[in-house]
Amino acid sequence: MSDSAIEAKAAQAETGVSGAGGVRWRDTAHFAVRNPKLLIGAGVVLALLATGLVGPLFIDNPPNAYVGPKSAPPGGGYPLGTTSFGQDVWAQFVFGLRATFLVGLVGGGIAAAVGMVVGFTAGYRGGLVDEVLNMITNIVLVLPALVVLIIAAAYLEARGIWLQGCFIGLTSWPWVARAVRAQTLSLATRDFVDLARMSGRRAYKIVFREIAPNMSSYLFMTFILLFGGAILIAAGLDFIGLGPTRGVSLGLMMHSAVSWSALSGGMWWWFVPPGLGITAIVGSLYIMNVGLDEVFNPRLREL
Amino acid sequence: MLDLRQVSKTYRVGAFGGRRLHAVRGVDFSVRPGEVVSLIGESGSGKSTIGKMVLRLISASSGTIAFEGADIAGLRGHARTKEYYSRVQGVFQDPFSCFNPIFPADRVFELVRAEYAGAVSQAHWRARVEDALTTVGLDPAQVLGKFPHQLSGGQLQRLLIARALLLDIRMLVADEIISMLDASTRIDVLNLLGDLKARGLGILFITHDLSLGNYISDTAVILRRGRVVERGATSAAFSAPAHPYTRRLLASVPQLHTSWQQADARLAQEGEGECPGCAAGGRPGEHGPVDLADDHAVGCYTAA
Repeated sequence: MSDSAIEAKAAQAETGVSGAGGVRWRDTAHFAVRNPKLLIGAGVVLALLATGLVGPLFIDNPPNAYVGPKSAPPGGGYPLGTTSFGQDVWAQFVFGLRATFLVGLVGGGIAAAVGMVVGFTAGYRGGLVDEVLNMITNIVLVLPALVVLIIAAAYLEARGIWLQGCFIGLTSWPWVARAVRAQTLSLATRDFVDLARMSGRRAYKIVFREIAPNMSSYLFMTFILLFGGAILIAAGLDFIGLGPTRGVSLGLMMHSAVSWSALSGGMWWWFVPPGLGITAIVGSLYIMNVGLDEVFNPRLREL
Repeated sequence: MLDLRQVSKTYRVGAFGGRRLHAVRGVDFSVRPGEVVSLIGESGSGKSTIGKMVLRLISASSGTIAFEGADIAGLRGHARTKEYYSRVQGVFQDPFSCFNPIFPADRVFELVRAEYAGAVSQAHWRARVEDALTTVGLDPAQVLGKFPHQLSGGQLQRLLIARALLLDIRMLVADEIISMLDASTRIDVLNLLGDLKARGLGILFITHDLSLGNYISDTAVILRRGRVVERGATSAAFSAPAHPYTRRLLASVPQLHTSWQQADARLAQEGEGECPGCAAGGRPGEHGPVDLADDHAVGCYTAA
């Protein structure tokens, strides 16, 4: 065909962009809205997130302010009662939810980002780069995070939520890196990667636009698991007293409840709400993950 | 245009890389513009490895591969690599693995457009794609916007050839591109390669099928265990094969009026003959191919 013929054809060709790319997402959405596990899990998590985001707007005093009568049971002006110092448990709970979600987001986000970068690089580059990154991954994997945190706590006077999130993120990425590396190794041998190389694509574009989309559902689920994991680790650290030295979180609430004998004093309203909150968030995230697995994996779909 | 000189590829295998696997050993040949060179060999003979080295997907352990006079190992940097791929393209054996399963199949064209024709308008590009698709005998309306699993192996294979045609290439590495096609589309693709050859492209045609190699190529390079056993004009190599391996290979092509026993008996009667390289004083198993005639060379008979 001559150039002029191409021009003529070009002139009459409509700029039709294929709509096929949308089919997959419509398909996924179709199964997502019909999956009870996903809906229940996401519903609980979103409800708690909304509580954490909106609740503090209606509370005038800081969460740790001594505002009410001491050790008051739920009722009256204090829906969840007060602590033995007269702090509002509801105020602490909603602020604590906020902190808990923040830790999950920061910790899970950092772990996912570091793990993916390390995993993709090691898996795609291979050779010496792979060896070195693998060595680092294995070292961090066996590093006892708790011991490191105790040492860090000894040096750091004031620790905040962000620092805790970063710490959790920087110690929980190795398994992501290993899993991503393994998947990348297998995908990188496929011919479409060679074809992309022969199309003059740069390595990072091949990784993020050819290889990563093939495991996008896996990466998304990884992030959800990391999110829940970070919340759980943070609660554990808070509870044993290695949490933030300022602010409030669900784990810190339980820590002070135990420290000030809420259990023996029968003040159940002090420790039950944060415990339930953490259980509900982490549990719902795991249920959500099972639901997502069913949505993304056609073999698990219930038609 | 393309010259391979003493190209070898060695892999380290086993625990701690203690053992060496020689995939390709000291291969020499050239491809000229408008010439089809067939690399013929059994599985594991190193033919696909050579194709991948020419396409720079793996690097040669030793020896040089030169394209238009420049060693391709010396092409450092993204810009020069990209430049190389605008001249040399490949089509692979397995069309199902060449497409990213989660994107529409025509994404292979989009990649080429993104890297080489960013300035071309959407409509103009679409016309070019449709033109290339028509050249390979595909109906654009039938294949554009479809996912790889919605297309047949033959359609996918031809999409890949169309992709290579979008660039102004001078050299095509065709790695077993016919194997996945059925008989009726085979001849179309072969004729297409003939057209490309007439346009002056050099084609490296990798195959295990002797008759295909005979049909299409000007020069045949027969490989065994990474070594060239015979190299020459197709007519010479196929009508007067010198190396015992080539003779055995040709005899093993099923023929209507000859039984295996007859073929075996004829081979046994002819005998292997003496290796011309060893006769000329070369070290058995180590000397390279020696020239029998102007365009016909044969490797050592005794090489393992």
